[in-house]
Formats: sequence, C-alpha cells, structure tokens
Amino acid sequence: MSIELLVPAILTIVTAATPLVFAAVGETVVEKAGVLNLGVEGMMIMGAIAAFATAVSTGSEMLAILAGAGSGLLLSLVFGVLCIYLQANQVATGLALTIFGLGLSALIGYSYVGKTFVGLAKLNISGISDIPILGPLIFGHDALVYLSVIAVAIVSWFLAKTRLGLLVRAVGENHDAAHSIGYSVKLIRLGAILFGGAMAGVGGAYLSVSYTPLWVENMTAGRGWIALALVVFASWKPWRAFFGAYLFGGITIIQLYAQGMGVEVSAPFLSMLPYLATILVLVIISRDSVKARLNAPACLGKNFHVSG
Amino acid sequence: MLVRLEQRLEASKRMVYLSPLVAVFLTILTAMLMFGVLGVDPVKAIETFFIEPVSTVDGVAELLLKATPLVLIGVGLSLGFQANVWNIGAEGQLIIGALAGGGLALAFYDHSSILLVPGMLFFGIAGGMAWAAIPAWLKTRFNTNEILTSLMLTYVGLLVLGYLVHGPWKDPDGMNFPESRLFHDSALLPILIDETRLNIGWLIALLVVVAGWILISRHIIGFQIKVIGMAPLAGAFAGFKEKKLIWVTLVISGGCAGLAGVIELSGAIGQIVPSISPGYGFTAIIVAFLGRLHPVGVLFAGLLMALTYLGGDSAQITMNLPNAVTGVFQGMLLFFLLASDVLITYRIRFGLSKTRMKAGE
Repeated sequence: MSIELLVPAILTIVTAATPLVFAAVGETVVEKAGVLNLGVEGMMIMGAIAAFATAVSTGSEMLAILAGAGSGLLLSLVFGVLCIYLQANQVATGLALTIFGLGLSALIGYSYVGKTFVGLAKLNISGISDIPILGPLIFGHDALVYLSVIAVAIVSWFLAKTRLGLLVRAVGENHDAAHSIGYSVKLIRLGAILFGGAMAGVGGAYLSVSYTPLWVENMTAGRGWIALALVVFASWKPWRAFFGAYLFGGITIIQLYAQGMGVEVSAPFLSMLPYLATILVLVIISRDSVKARLNAPACLGKNFHVSG
Repeated sequence: MLVRLEQRLEASKRMVYLSPLVAVFLTILTAMLMFGVLGVDPVKAIETFFIEPVSTVDGVAELLLKATPLVLIGVGLSLGFQANVWNIGAEGQLIIGALAGGGLALAFYDHSSILLVPGMLFFGIAGGMAWAAIPAWLKTRFNTNEILTSLMLTYVGLLVLGYLVHGPWKDPDGMNFPESRLFHDSALLPILIDETRLNIGWLIALLVVVAGWILISRHIIGFQIKVIGMAPLAGAFAGFKEKKLIWVTLVISGGCAGLAGVIELSGAIGQIVPSISPGYGFTAIIVAFLGRLHPVGVLFAGLLMALTYLGGDSAQITMNLPNAVTGVFQGMLLFFLLASDVLITYRIRFGLSKTRMKAGE
C-alpha cells in the first residue's frame, strides 16, 4: 500500500478505536472494583444522543462532551444504586441499562434525525501539522483522541501506583477483607461505576460528534459489547485495552479499504468481521481457564452486603 | 444508618409474586409523570397505551400475535437464566430460525404441500438451535463467555439477513425492494380467528409453556437446572454435568427463539423482510424476569409486554408520540422489577441495627 493511502487509513483506525478506548478503559476500572456492568452499550448510546443534542442546540463542543459524560454517569448511577444498595443481579441490571438506554435515546433522538453538526475540530497546528506523514498522524486529530490516550495513561497509573487505585483493586479482589479493615466497599464501587459510566458516555459522544456527526438510532451498533470483550481480552490492563481497541479499529476499517482495493467479498460479510473477531479473541483469551480465572478480579460480579 | 436492608432468614415467597405487580405499578406511575412532563394528558396517554389497543377483537388478536414470540422465547430463556446460563442472543437465533424456515418456503416456492408448514417450523427450530449451539460449544470447549458470544452472533445474524434479502433471496419481480417473494398460502400458518392475523402460532406458544412447565417441575433436567443455578457445588457433588446443562439450556432457548422467528415470518409477515423482529429477543429477557423465570409467569409477562408494543403503536398514531416510548417503558419496568426484587431476600428496617447500637455507632 502506498504511503498516501496509509496515512488516511491510520487516521480512520484512530477514529474507529477511540470510542472503544474510552468505554473499555472505563469498564476496566469498574471491573477492577469487582463490578460487572453490562450496560456499556446503553451508556454509550445515551452519551451519543446527549452529546449530539447538545452540540446541535448549543454549538459548543465542550458542552456536548460534558453532556455525553454526564448522561453516561447518570445512567451508571441507576446501575450503582440498584446493584450496590439494592443488591440487584448485576447481569440483569446491566441488560436493563442497555435496553433502557437504547429506548430512551431513540425517544430523545426522534427529533434530531436528519440534523447535522460540523464535528469536532481537528487540532491542526499550522506548520507542524503540515509536515508530511508525521504531521497529520500526530497532530491531525481532535481533542477527544488525545484525551483518550491521556485517560489510559492516567487510569493505568491510578490503578498501579496510587493508594486509591490499590483500594479499588482490593475491593475487587476481596471485598470482605477490604471491608474488615475499614474501607467502604460500597462507596469505592460506586465511584468506579460512575467513572465507567462517564467514560462510556464520552465514548458514545465521540461517535455522534466526531466519528459520524449525526444521529442514527442504535448507532453504537454493539460497540459497547465489543468494549466489554476488550476488557477481557486485555486481562483488565488499561494499555492492553488501548491496543486492543486499535486492533479492532483496524478490523473495522478493513471493510472500507478492502472494497476500494477490489477484494471480491460482499459488504455484509466484511461488516461481520469485528463481531467475528471479538468471538475469536474471546476464544483465544479464555481457552486457558486457569489463567483466565487468575487474571479476572476475584469478586467480579459478586454483590456485597454487610449483615448485622 | 436510618434505613437499611436486613437479610430475611428465608426468601419471601409472597414478595416473589408481589414484586412484578409493584414494578408494573411504579412503571405506570412514572410513565404518567413522564407524559405530564411531555405535556400530554397522563390519564389519556395511559388509556391510549394500555386500554385502547385491546378494546376490540382485532386488538386482542394482535395482542396474542405479538405475545407469541415473547412467550416462546421467554420460556426458553428462563430455563437458562435459572441455571445461570445467560443467552442474550435470542434475537439472532430468532433471525436465523426465521431464515432457515423461510428459506425452505422459498426453496419449495413452486410446490404446495401440507407438509411445508411443519417442515418450516422444524427448520426454524433447527436454525435457532444451531445458532445457539455456537455459544454453547464455545462455552463448554473454550470457556468463552456466552453473554458476549451470543450477542455478537446476533449482529452476525442481522448481517446474514441483510445479505440474503438484498442479494440472493430478493424477489426477482420486486422492483428491487430488499424483500423476498411473498410466501404461498401453503407456507402460511392457518389463521385462528377470521378477519384477524392471529394464527396457530399462539397455540404452539401455549404448548411450549406447558412443555416448559413440565420440564422445569417434573423432569430431572429441570431439577438439575435449578440445583446448578442455586448451588453449583451441590450440583457438582450430585454428579450433574454442568456442561450438559449449558448445552441443553442454550439449545432449547435457541430452538424456542428460532421457532418464534419462523412463526413470526409465516404467520404475521408472510415474506422475508429486512426487519423480522422489533427486538423480541431482547424484550423476552424482560419477559423472563418479569415472569419469575417460570413458564406460567412468562405467559402473563409476555402478554403485558406485548401490550407495550401495541400501546407504542397506538400512541404513535393517535398522540403522535414516537413509538420508542415502548423501549423506555420496557427498560423502566425491568429497573423497577430489579429494585423491588430486593424485598424478596431483604426487608427494609428503619432505625439502627442492634449490633450497631451496642457498638455505639
């Protein structure tokens, strides 16, 4: 492939990967705290519509992204209250979040179908961004792309190096022990859930204000679920989730380029690739059941309740 | 803490059945509030949503028609959910089942035979089973999470459907619309009530309810499902094969979903179109929970959820509300149900607990 084709290809991979990065890294923190929130898809789609609606009505990129984060956070708050304080089944509640999010976003989005928004501005520093190849690759993205990289770095550092990060992991590995030495399991988990919700919301916002700046019902198209698979794929490590997201971004854009290069495969089959790749990746990563169990937070999906 | 949850010594049987009623009540209350905010008369809206659609014979027939796939899938899913096998890809199994059955109808387009409909139903079940067998195989062979794989396969199934109706199965005389040829009369399910669309699919759903009931309460498999679900270790000690149950529950639920798909196709629709189901496979998850994972409960829950679809359509026509309201209703209902379910295993206590008072907190 010639270099002129390669640069736009890489740029497309970045845009396809960024929403996954946000959602997967957020969910990594949630799962590290021992909570399995399957509602990522619902939080992403709510983030997408909230951001798009805000962008269209105010024209402010900043407000749009904040609205995306806020709506993801609100929805995750519902999840948190149900699972942490009302002891609801995490799998069922996560599914409820997704069903509810898809419904509510369609209801809100009803009046936004067909509207458009210019999309997030690219960084484009004059002079530097014009450097061939490296210029657009490093300086040609919008703010959220850079933010996603920064977020991964911060989360990685937070989980590995900070006291609070250690607590998050402790709560996820053994909530009884963490409770018995005096930490509030519920508060720490709620914090993690809200962070994950906000991140999923931003991931959704990226879809509707940057990736394709318009509103389409159900536009997340399973990305929330792919993000969940990425967390498993990454063995709950933020940087691995980041690279996983880029790998998936690469698979997503194969369909765009394969046809341009005259590959004789019909479009629906190429569109299946990300989903089939997800299954394949899950198979590879889960095959060794002992290793898979060692990597997963020990209390993942288990509710915590203090009796007495 | 002034309000707290105290674990009950025994799960409350009463609350198991009361909780769905509480949830429905809260959902309607919230919905009325929501309509009020939207500037719609709440009482009128609720009437349009829940009463108007079933005030005619045709309305009731439509209700049963829509309840058919929900009940069928709900019964299948509830078996798996009891054993902690989370098949959430029923939508995909529905589509593949519909395609298998519909493909048979198209293959025998030039023949009319009374065997065609039974053949289609058989192919539908087989198609759904085959699609659900993939996550079952991956789970038992490679330990892969069935939630994610079954869901990913739903997207794949949708793309297969899109490919077929846009490509090889497109009606050659259909002005290029992405639809198959209309099925022959011998590929359509017999109608139960004249002048309506209600077909024998509803009776099949009722049969499946009875079969599910017998399986879960009278058959050894049902017993094993319940034991593995509640106490996996006890099940293992008793020698129950967990892998076998994963296979059984996934394949049964897939077969039910496939059956629902082919019934939808040869009953309500009559040809293969790009959208066979408005998300019945996902709504059936709510149906299963609302029905307390019991076949008879699923029957009632299926009827109620079918009503939300009709209500959504009716609100769209008479009140100009987007029919996405249905999805919001359904999600809300599940939230409230999960919240009220806390009362099954916990009771609400006010004031400080005894142990804490002693500790001087």
